[in-house]
Amino acid sequence: MQTDTKRRVFLKGSVASGAVAAAVGAGLLTPQMVLAEWNKAAFESKTVEDVVKNLGLDGGEESADINIKAPDIAENGAVVPVTVDVGMDGVESIAFIVKENPSPLVATFTMGEGGVPFARTNIKMGKTSDVIAMVTAGGKTYMAKKEVKVTIGGCGG
Amino acid sequence: MSSMKVKAKEKDGIVEVKALIKHPMETGQRKDKKTGKPIPAHFVQQITVEQGGKTRVSADWSGGVSKNPLIFVKFKGGAKGDMVKVAWTDNQGGSDTAEAEIK
Repeated sequence: MQTDTKRRVFLKGSVASGAVAAAVGAGLLTPQMVLAEWNKAAFESKTVEDVVKNLGLDGGEESADINIKAPDIAENGAVVPVTVDVGMDGVESIAFIVKENPSPLVATFTMGEGGVPFARTNIKMGKTSDVIAMVTAGGKTYMAKKEVKVTIGGCGG
Repeated sequence: MSSMKVKAKEKDGIVEVKALIKHPMETGQRKDKKTGKPIPAHFVQQITVEQGGKTRVSADWSGGVSKNPLIFVKFKGGAKGDMVKVAWTDNQGGSDTAEAEIK
């Protein structure tokens, strides 16, 4: 069962799976780490529209069931705590997107077996921006956003 | 010495996992102030939280996650005394794993 699931995910990433197979063979990655490819196209996208497209999502309808907890004003853009808590069943993934960052996609979280749709991390923000949470559940995309005002940006040198 | 601290606790059937990773999380967009040369991107790309032989939650990150990052996630299906394993890999081939007992 588990092997089948892994195999399916593995085959899905057909473009780069050869490289991953080599990495597994070389002992660089444990099999558990081979979940899916790191989505280079999405992470290197420069606009929210391209991020959404490269994640393979549609635009997403706004949902009140997605709760974003982040400060209204962040004095230090280098460390902005963001928590996303989703009150929906069947959540597959949560993406953290900062609209005004040079590379808007910051993180994606994927719920495995038993995974609760909740994620927190600290993110960098270059300037005042909407923080967007995009959630997939039951094959549909939902989103919510919250503006965070940044006093000192966290992306510069 | 591990680059990571992991804590896991169970409450009302939900296991909360917090991991702190020691990592520079360089975006690749910063320049060295003295030399003016770009600092190469160096960031944690993938993280897995495993328990009971199952990947409970995984995450993919960019350099937009803060230096010395925190990850806080939750899952159902674990019990006090079980071990939770957190593993990360970065874009330069670095990796580490750490385990914690669910309290």
